[in-house]
Amino acid sequence: MSTNENIQAERAGTASKKPSLGELFWAFTKVGAMTFGGGYAMLPIITRELCEKRDWVTEAEIMDYFAIGQCTPGVIAVNTATFTGRKMRGNVGGIVASLGIVFPSLVIITIIASLIRNFASLQPVQDALAGIRVCVCVLILNAVIKMWKSAVVDIPSLIMFILIFLASVFFNASPILMVVAAGVCGVLLKARETESTAAKAEAGQTASKAQAESNVTKPENKSGKEAD
Amino acid sequence: MTELALYARLYWEFFKTGLFAIGGGMATVPFLQDIAQKTGWYTSADLANMIAVSESTPGPIGINMATYVGYTTGSTLAGSTPFIDALLGIVGAIIATIGLITAPVVIILIVAKFLEQFRDNKYVNAAMYGLRAASVALIAAAGVSIILISIFRIQNISDWRSAVIDVRCFILAAVVFVATRYIPKVKKWHPIVFILLSAVIGIIFHMGT
Repeated sequence: MSTNENIQAERAGTASKKPSLGELFWAFTKVGAMTFGGGYAMLPIITRELCEKRDWVTEAEIMDYFAIGQCTPGVIAVNTATFTGRKMRGNVGGIVASLGIVFPSLVIITIIASLIRNFASLQPVQDALAGIRVCVCVLILNAVIKMWKSAVVDIPSLIMFILIFLASVFFNASPILMVVAAGVCGVLLKARETESTAAKAEAGQTASKAQAESNVTKPENKSGKEAD
Repeated sequence: MTELALYARLYWEFFKTGLFAIGGGMATVPFLQDIAQKTGWYTSADLANMIAVSESTPGPIGINMATYVGYTTGSTLAGSTPFIDALLGIVGAIIATIGLITAPVVIILIVAKFLEQFRDNKYVNAAMYGLRAASVALIAAAGVSIILISIFRIQNISDWRSAVIDVRCFILAAVVFVATRYIPKVKKWHPIVFILLSAVIGIIFHMGT
């Protein structure tokens, strides 16, 4: 602890709070090695390593990174690393921090994968893996239930869910195609809706209720067209 | 030469996965399933094992999955000794993982410049509305095919006539489901506990046969 504080004091003293690329890599390697699961489960470890121990970013910034991480591709942990690394050392820092956070996975998983490869033919290992696979089914189901609440919020999103689900179960449709299509549908359905609410706000309180009702009914009509 | 071609394909497949998998660790699963069907590098049963390992080891799940798939794919190249197999596997693991993070890192480096505008952009929010629904639907569909493999012992839904109903698997699935969702305190346990317990139950009841 004391050495850590010394380093921090030194850094503050020299006015340049910028960590070296090595320090960036190491800090994110530690985060990668200490997080189980990812997502919001790793928030406490990230804040401890980056805000409390190192003072590189504020908690509010971390929350921003998480929010954006959820609407950009990629794993949120890596997104956070890229953001923080870029803030400290520019684009190179962003890349180094991202490599740092994936480093422990590379080492640990490689070891386990090679072990499983070598022992997979043993009967007890086969039995254990068969049991584990059943457990994985439930874990995926739980992930779906958890995501369902924030993803399927109204009838258009329910229709999208059903169509994409059926297309991929029965027709092996390309997931890339469906992600792109869903993004486009989202923009077509929702961007207009927010536009019209903005227009309503501009129009003022005079023509309030009738317009509000038409806004509520609009998305359902559109979804009907989409589904056809 | 064949190694190079395979590594290039590995990078490209994971680059696409990194670009389109939005919304957390499990979001990569449908894409990995798609890769498995297109390339035959690994089976759906392998994929279920990979999910279990990725959930029970440190590190983000998506990254763990990429490393695992990359290692498995690399080490199935025609190596002459276990050492060379492992070496080819490690190179595969690195290539797949770098492939997965390439697009997200570049995108974040760009987005970071326009942080405020991006977060409050109505088109971004509108697209997210659709993407969230897509993400959960794709994960659910990937879950269905893993259920078919692990519990009904068939590869595809079109093989439904040859599905077996393995009572042991059903009971285990039901017990884990109830434990992870409805039993107070127990449901807060880390997934690794349930994975290890399921492994023990699998061994006791010879579920691999």
